[in-house]
Amino acid sequence: MLSFLNELKAPITNGLLLGGLYGIIGIGLSMIFGIVRMVNLAHGDLVILASYLSLVTMTFFPISPLLTLIVVIPVMALIGFIVQYCLLNRVLGKGMNPPLLVAFGLSIILQNLLLLVFTPDARTLMTSISVKTISLGSFLNIPLVYLVDFIVSLITIALLSRFFNRTYMGKAIRAASDDEGAAQLMGINTRTIYSFAMGIATGTAAIAGVLVGMTFTFYPHTGPEYLIIAFGVVIVGGLGSLLGTFLGGLILGLAQILGAHFLGAGFQLLCGYLILLIVLTFKPTGLFAKG
Amino acid sequence: MAKPLLRVQHIEVFYHDFHALWDVSLEVEKGLVVSIIGANGAGKSTLLNTIAGVLRPSSGIIEFDHKRIDGWMPYQMVAEGISMVPEGRRIFPRLTVLENLEMGCYVPKARQKRDQVLKKIYELFPILEKRKNQFSITLSGGEQQMLAIGRALMSQPRLILLDEISLGLAPLVIKNIYQTVKQIHSEGISALLVEQDIQRSLKACHKVYVMQSGKIRLEGRPGELSQEDIRKAYFGV
Ligand SMILES: Nc1ncnc2c1ncn2[C@@H]1O[C@H](COP(=O)(O)OP(=O)(O)OP(=O)(O)O)[C@@H](O)[C@H]1O
Ligand SMILES: [Mg+2]
Repeated sequence: MLSFLNELKAPITNGLLLGGLYGIIGIGLSMIFGIVRMVNLAHGDLVILASYLSLVTMTFFPISPLLTLIVVIPVMALIGFIVQYCLLNRVLGKGMNPPLLVAFGLSIILQNLLLLVFTPDARTLMTSISVKTISLGSFLNIPLVYLVDFIVSLITIALLSRFFNRTYMGKAIRAASDDEGAAQLMGINTRTIYSFAMGIATGTAAIAGVLVGMTFTFYPHTGPEYLIIAFGVVIVGGLGSLLGTFLGGLILGLAQILGAHFLGAGFQLLCGYLILLIVLTFKPTGLFAKG
Repeated sequence: MAKPLLRVQHIEVFYHDFHALWDVSLEVEKGLVVSIIGANGAGKSTLLNTIAGVLRPSSGIIEFDHKRIDGWMPYQMVAEGISMVPEGRRIFPRLTVLENLEMGCYVPKARQKRDQVLKKIYELFPILEKRKNQFSITLSGGEQQMLAIGRALMSQPRLILLDEISLGLAPLVIKNIYQTVKQIHSEGISALLVEQDIQRSLKACHKVYVMQSGKIRLEGRPGELSQEDIRKAYFGV
């Protein structure tokens, strides 16, 4: 029994750490879904765009990928703001489909743009972090990059939650997501607020993109894979709270790695989807949905 | 009478094909309480929403303090000094009471005096201070209405639009709420009050407009209008 638990230590730790990364991948999709009530089909591609932006920054300045965030976050936030302000805001309030189509179009444009500029070659954000492992106690070696992913994700969630609870703009974003009409009556320009919200969401996509690039290889068309992970996180975690989304990520990560551990690597994705199916069946609003 | 703060002149409002307001004109003088009464579907909320910038008149003029404001966005109206307590309260359920109030002073000018105004609102509605860290959805109906009024006052409006603030409340609570309308008026804030309850409305206002089927049928001071005329205009007989 004890050895069985000992054997599980590694997959559980890895699953949770990977889940942290999943959480940060999902948070941007969850935010925009919850606030603007729009499914941003381009979210995964925005994550990968950030990976490439980091790559470009690294060719100009020989710095660690984590430091490229200083450049990548503002650029991605600006892109998000502009996309929302100039494109998506125009089609809001016109039903479910128009924003979906615009986002889908954006996704296709991004993928082909990346293909054109960067060729279909596999890339990674090279850093010494990616190859090191650290040992936590005896018998437990984990990839350092997983730990970094987890910690960065956790910090991001904490900062976001401070932003939403402490600042006027954060509260205004929540107010607009509660009742757009009433928010306007308070003097809130909800369209601008949505643009800021999207800027913040793509800012989190920037962080996700850099972490993904440090952890895995990426191609111009990897975006949809991460969109699916983000969907998974949102379905498991439910809408309404940042922490819920983060926990959703942890559960998804855990399910995948434990599945791979018991059934073999080929079952990793399947086990993730099984969890989605179970959650959708028994609690379609997600495990940690509020209200 | 005092100078007009708000002048609505010959506005027409449509919901797509439906002609909701017909040649509506109205004035709210500085520092007065003006009320609009009318049955269900008379167009009262439509009129308030148009003044607040939620709806746009297809023709006609709206002036606030001698400035043309028709066609403005709601957030511009708030900055200018008009705030609305919408029908059905529309508080933000997932925000706390205090956060709801803070949203009321979102516009930069109002935000500067946040603490000062907040103190006043708490004096007006002590219960809101007791409940300030609660999610607003947990408040009772009457408390929610107080919150909605307090929130609208946070922007320090010159004109407050009140849409059926007594809807669904117990008589004692209604009395309480109307007491505060008096207090608001004594602070020099003008009010445009929508009600279905004729008597309640007449007691609270300096001037009354009676609406029916999207038109103003009657206007005057409460004392000068006969019950009979009001009833006729109200029911459109
Ligand atoms: N969004 C809308 N689309 C189409 N018609 C509408 C809309 N809102 C209101 N109307 C119509 O406009 C007319 C006036 O409605 P309004 O809400 O202004 O009435 P009201 O006087 O406020 O009534 P109540 O006392 O029931 O609140 C009604 O006939 C209503 O059906
Ligand atoms: Mg109404």
